[in-house]
Amino acid sequence: MSTHEHHDHHQQETDSRLVFGFWLYIMSDCLIFASLFAAFAVLHNATFDGFSVKQFTDLPYVLTETLFLLASSFTYGMAILSLYKNNRNKVITWLIITFLLGLCFVALEVNEFTHLIGEGHGPDSSAAMSSFFTLVGTHGFHVSMGLFWMLVMIIQLFVFNTSDAVKRRLTYLGLFWAFLDIVWIFVFSIVYLMGAI
Amino acid sequence: MFEKLLFGNLNYEAFPFLYNPIITGATIFTILVGLIILGVVTYNKLWVYIWKEWITTIDHKKIGVMYMILAFIMLFRGFCDAALMRSQQAIAVGHSAGYLPPEHYDQIFTAHGVIMIFFMAMPFMFGLFNLAVPLQIGARDVAYPYLNSLSFWLTAVGAGLVMISLYVGEFAKTGWLAYPPLSGIVYSPGVGVDYYIWAVQISGVGSLLSGINFLVTIFKMRAPGMTLFKMPVFIWTVLCSCVLIILAFPVLTATLALLFLDRFFGMHFFTMAFGGNAMMYINLIWIWGHPEVYILVLPAFGVFSEVVANFCRKALFGYHTMVWATLSITVLSFVVWLHHFFTMGAGANVNAFFGIATMIIAIPTGVKVFNWIFTMHHGRVHFATPMLWTMGFITTFAIGGMTGVLMSIPPVDFQVHNSLFLVAHFHNVIIGGVVFGYFAGFIYWFPKIFGYKLDEKLGKFAFWFWLVGFYVAFMPLYVVGLMGMTRRLNHYGEATGWHPYLVVAAGGAVLIGIGIFFQFLQFYVSYKNRVKNREQTGDAWEGGRTLEWSIPSPAPFYNFAVIPSVDTLYPFWQQKQKIAAGEKPVAPHYQDIHMPKNTATGFWIAMFGGCVCFGLIWHIYWLIAVGLIGVFAATIMRTFDTKIDYYVKADEVTRTENSYLKGAV
Repeated sequence: MSTHEHHDHHQQETDSRLVFGFWLYIMSDCLIFASLFAAFAVLHNATFDGFSVKQFTDLPYVLTETLFLLASSFTYGMAILSLYKNNRNKVITWLIITFLLGLCFVALEVNEFTHLIGEGHGPDSSAAMSSFFTLVGTHGFHVSMGLFWMLVMIIQLFVFNTSDAVKRRLTYLGLFWAFLDIVWIFVFSIVYLMGAI
Repeated sequence: MFEKLLFGNLNYEAFPFLYNPIITGATIFTILVGLIILGVVTYNKLWVYIWKEWITTIDHKKIGVMYMILAFIMLFRGFCDAALMRSQQAIAVGHSAGYLPPEHYDQIFTAHGVIMIFFMAMPFMFGLFNLAVPLQIGARDVAYPYLNSLSFWLTAVGAGLVMISLYVGEFAKTGWLAYPPLSGIVYSPGVGVDYYIWAVQISGVGSLLSGINFLVTIFKMRAPGMTLFKMPVFIWTVLCSCVLIILAFPVLTATLALLFLDRFFGMHFFTMAFGGNAMMYINLIWIWGHPEVYILVLPAFGVFSEVVANFCRKALFGYHTMVWATLSITVLSFVVWLHHFFTMGAGANVNAFFGIATMIIAIPTGVKVFNWIFTMHHGRVHFATPMLWTMGFITTFAIGGMTGVLMSIPPVDFQVHNSLFLVAHFHNVIIGGVVFGYFAGFIYWFPKIFGYKLDEKLGKFAFWFWLVGFYVAFMPLYVVGLMGMTRRLNHYGEATGWHPYLVVAAGGAVLIGIGIFFQFLQFYVSYKNRVKNREQTGDAWEGGRTLEWSIPSPAPFYNFAVIPSVDTLYPFWQQKQKIAAGEKPVAPHYQDIHMPKNTATGFWIAMFGGCVCFGLIWHIYWLIAVGLIGVFAATIMRTFDTKIDYYVKADEVTRTENSYLKGAV
């Protein structure tokens, strides 16, 4: 019994150390977004050919995207609650739902991008569009990476069940996912809402 | 068509050694050295040893040693670039065009800057972190040993890309920060800037991961009882340096990514047309660039603080002021970036703010200098090589600091902006501060890692040649800078009157070259006499105060057989005092030690990452795909591996520790 407790204590200490590092990573990623937001702030009026975010922003469409992403965070939270109860199948179910919601978000964004590029307003059309595509696209790229990661975690849940390592990795992914939500709130407010005015 | 698919933009012109005699020479030299090394390794049947003990290692001490090897190789390469520039400027006056055509000269000064900062100074710094940090805080390894190995290999791959650019294609001709629009695709259509971008990006990721790794190590893995204000000063400076790395390197990554998007996808962040804003690049890059200066120099300050206390046999004067000075420099380093381009035209008030902020940084730095001097005051100064480097630093750095304060005044800066006065200034602080500091630290901790000291006599020769060579090489540059010579010139007129000064400066480069020669000789001779110079006590310099000196030399692979408890700033000093007072040390009780297993994952991720970079540079799309699949596959396979650690049994620990006591190791 005592060795078991010792093991648990050791595990907690290691976990707190490892998760702290992930927080630092998220902070550094935050700074990448900060740089991209700064670039957008400087360049969003450098439209050159006169085409700006204002012309194409469709707020209901972006709101739909937002709701998909926020809903996916909620379902991810449900997955974590099931994880604490060591209910593997429920975790997997919730992760699949989260994955599908995230996929919808990415699909909507890809649709918006292809639409813009098709009309000749691609990232190479002006500095404003470059900064728009890069900022929003970097967020979308992160979400796509998160989706890929989620698939790996679903496989790991099948292989390892709810082991300590799997729990820790799902904690990381949860932090990552919530972080992408927060970044999206800023994208939504600064790029789309302020752009629409 | 098929060729394009297979080789991207690679073609005959991409191999300059086929038609450029200087590069042919460099290539033959590299191939010869490479063949000799491969031959020696194969002849001595060392491949398995190198793979098992070094390439796949995640022991922080060995990773530190590999960082050091990388740093010294790149120091040699960067010095060769410097020697080429100094000799070109010494002869290319008036009718003589010198021997380096402009397009080659431009690559050389760019490569010199990039190599010295990213592939000499940064690896050297992380090498010192690896050698000293876990030992000083009483830890058995860093927080993420596997990540540590990945960081090293990413840095090595970045250095490798710069080296490859010498033989395949070209390097950037833009200066070490690749300002647009010159670095844009319109004015730099070749692969040089792409090599620059990807070499810096991949090593930058390594640096960021190392920064996170060491910050977590310091925050979470200190020996019990070691509160923040019981940490050695070196640890404080590493902590601050890591904070700066985590805050600054993402900005570099983002900035270079934007430059890449401009070049690869035809975007318009920094272009002259379509609304791009080149000055935004210069702001962004210096938001990383100025903190980078402090990332490098703060650990050097930490080394000096350790060295000066050890060799004066006296506690560091003003520990708390030292810590607070370090912390204030950390904060201030983020509000001075604009002083790199006062001439941009941001307006008088903006320039005044950044000018004053810059001057304020001199205050905490001055506090530090006085702390070191007061430590020496009434101390018993032992003039071993680390102490010589420290004293050389104090003098040299003070001069460099003063010219820095001079240039922080915007009107003065307008006169000397981009002149050799600036070049002299930053070499004055980087060589006098960073390089001297790292050398001091390397010699200081060398016995702890290898178990024998470096040859003191050759070390002193190296020091004096370096010190005198530095002054001879760079003081004339201050003068020609004031006379109006701008940087990066490969030819100038007779009537300028600069020629004599540049000849003297070239002489200085020769002296520094002799200094470097003595350093390499020192390594060889010390290795040859390693049995004679064996260091048995563990307290190599006799004035040790901190935990690293309390364990045997060379440090066992698990560092501490028993994790120490700390209740003072100077635990080892206190222990020595107690033993001197006749107190018997308690017999240690050894337990099983939990250790991570070696892994090649970091190595493979970095190698596949290198493939991605090379593919992006040359537009070889299949190579990009292979590299990306490799990176993901290696990363994911590692997460499916559950056998990543093992236990060192208590009796094995006992045996190892006893063999140290007998002096058998």
